[in-house]
Amino acid sequence: MAKITVKVNGKVYSHEVEPRLLLAHYLREVLSLTGTHIGCDTSSCGSCTIHLDGQSVKSCSMLAVQADGCEITTIEGLAPSGSELHPLQEGFKECHGLQCGFCTTGMIMSAADFLQSNPDPSEEQIRHALEGNFCRCTGYHNIVKSVQWAAQKMKEDKAVTA
Amino acid sequence: MISYEFDYTRPDTVEAALDLLDDDSKILAGGHSLIPALKLRLSAPGKLIDIARIPSLKGIKMDGNELVIGAAATHSDILESDLIKQHLPMFAEGAALIGDPMIRHKGTLGGSLAHADPSADWPAMVLAAEGTVVVQSKTGTRSISSDDFFTGFYSTALESGEIITEIRFPIPAEGTKMTYQKFVQPASRFAIVGCAALRHPDGTARVAFTGVADAPFRDTAVENAVGDWSEEALEAAVALTAQGMEFNVDHYASETYRHHLARVYCRKALKALLY
Ligand SMILES: Cc1cc2nc3c(=O)[nH]c(=O)nc-3n(C[C@H](O)[C@H](O)[C@H](O)COP(=O)(O)OP(=O)(O)OC[C@H]3O[C@@H](n4cnc5c(N)ncnc54)[C@H](O)[C@@H]3O)c2cc1C
Ligand code: FES
Ligand code: FES
Repeated sequence: MAKITVKVNGKVYSHEVEPRLLLAHYLREVLSLTGTHIGCDTSSCGSCTIHLDGQSVKSCSMLAVQADGCEITTIEGLAPSGSELHPLQEGFKECHGLQCGFCTTGMIMSAADFLQSNPDPSEEQIRHALEGNFCRCTGYHNIVKSVQWAAQKMKEDKAVTA
Repeated sequence: MISYEFDYTRPDTVEAALDLLDDDSKILAGGHSLIPALKLRLSAPGKLIDIARIPSLKGIKMDGNELVIGAAATHSDILESDLIKQHLPMFAEGAALIGDPMIRHKGTLGGSLAHADPSADWPAMVLAAEGTVVVQSKTGTRSISSDDFFTGFYSTALESGEIITEIRFPIPAEGTKMTYQKFVQPASRFAIVGCAALRHPDGTARVAFTGVADAPFRDTAVENAVGDWSEEALEAAVALTAQGMEFNVDHYASETYRHHLARVYCRKALKALLY
């Protein structure tokens, strides 16, 4: 067993874990944060995407011990404090960016990382940024629209606070 | 999928990692080749030695007339580096085509070279850019030219007890042009064929392929045929692509199709180097 300490969605946790425990399983089964999904379990589909020290990663392809000492954000912690939803969550709702919703949390976590450094993306850039996230339902068009909606909203919110 | 049991350590220095390294242990860097293999129980090491956070293995810097990339630099570190954009722009071009953003945030240059997947992108680029792989063991360090590093299917000149610490590149002279052209397998995102090419100001070239055969290789026949870079010379060079190679064959591409793609991507790469 190995001891890990991680900060997840702003809260510090310490646990003894088996070194072979995947980060996705740690989040879902130990912390009960089941918003992080496991679709393929083979690092392909992106439904397990979370932020590790601010960068998007696939939590099915990482060990929990590799995250020791790191800060993690999952979909449950994405909305800024004081708001119920992140602009991306609102955007997916507004633009019908989801059908079954299985891929959605991973899509949103990938898009959130992308928008941090690309606040004004083209459609092509959005499609390229979401290459690691598969959706079996929507055909992607409305996902792209949802990200565009969120980018616009985030710009407007920023203009208001500035 | 759950792997066999193993122990895990995360030493702070290369020396400490080398002390722990034995036949029953494996180095863990980004884990994006190793962890999938462990999950499939294709490998059962007793211990993983995590080197991803060792400070001396990170970073990209100039050292005299060489550019030095730490073995644990991630694909996205390389993609975002200003030094890379300035001196080895092909690496930024190529890094952007590796997997997807999440893969690029974890996977490392050293891990990719050590793993030597026959369809990996870095090997072709490192060959074209005349990279030297620096490895350390308990008995010292040695430098391996990329020309001698890739020895076959998932095989390299790395010996047990050695860790790749950095990869060194001569800084290309002003006016050097370079490119990486890749035909992507759309699901896995690995290269079905990838061609890295570099044109020195004196007109000489280095051209290397991945995905085509068991191991990445430099194509000296193509390099020697580019001549004055005229349309005819380039077509003659393209016609020589991967001559006499034993081709990879899988359910994505037959021998004939792969050879065709290699020529097409060779032509794309050479044309991208015209002034
Ligand atoms: C979905 C997916 C898509 C991918 N797409 C691409 C792609 O398009 N192109 C591409 O090139 N690659 C691709 N990859 C592979 C990815 O780039 C890997 O991250 C990379 O090949 C291995 O690097 P790593 O740091 O993750 O190594 P690890 O998985 O940690 O290690 C791989 C092997 O190298 C050894 N090793 C690692 N570092 C060292 C070192 N410094 N010294 C000695 N031995 C070492 C390990 O012991 C292990 O045997 C993809 C992977 C996935 C999961
Ligand atoms: S569950 Fe992690 S990538 Fe599919
Ligand atoms: S909404 Fe069903 S997988 Fe994307």
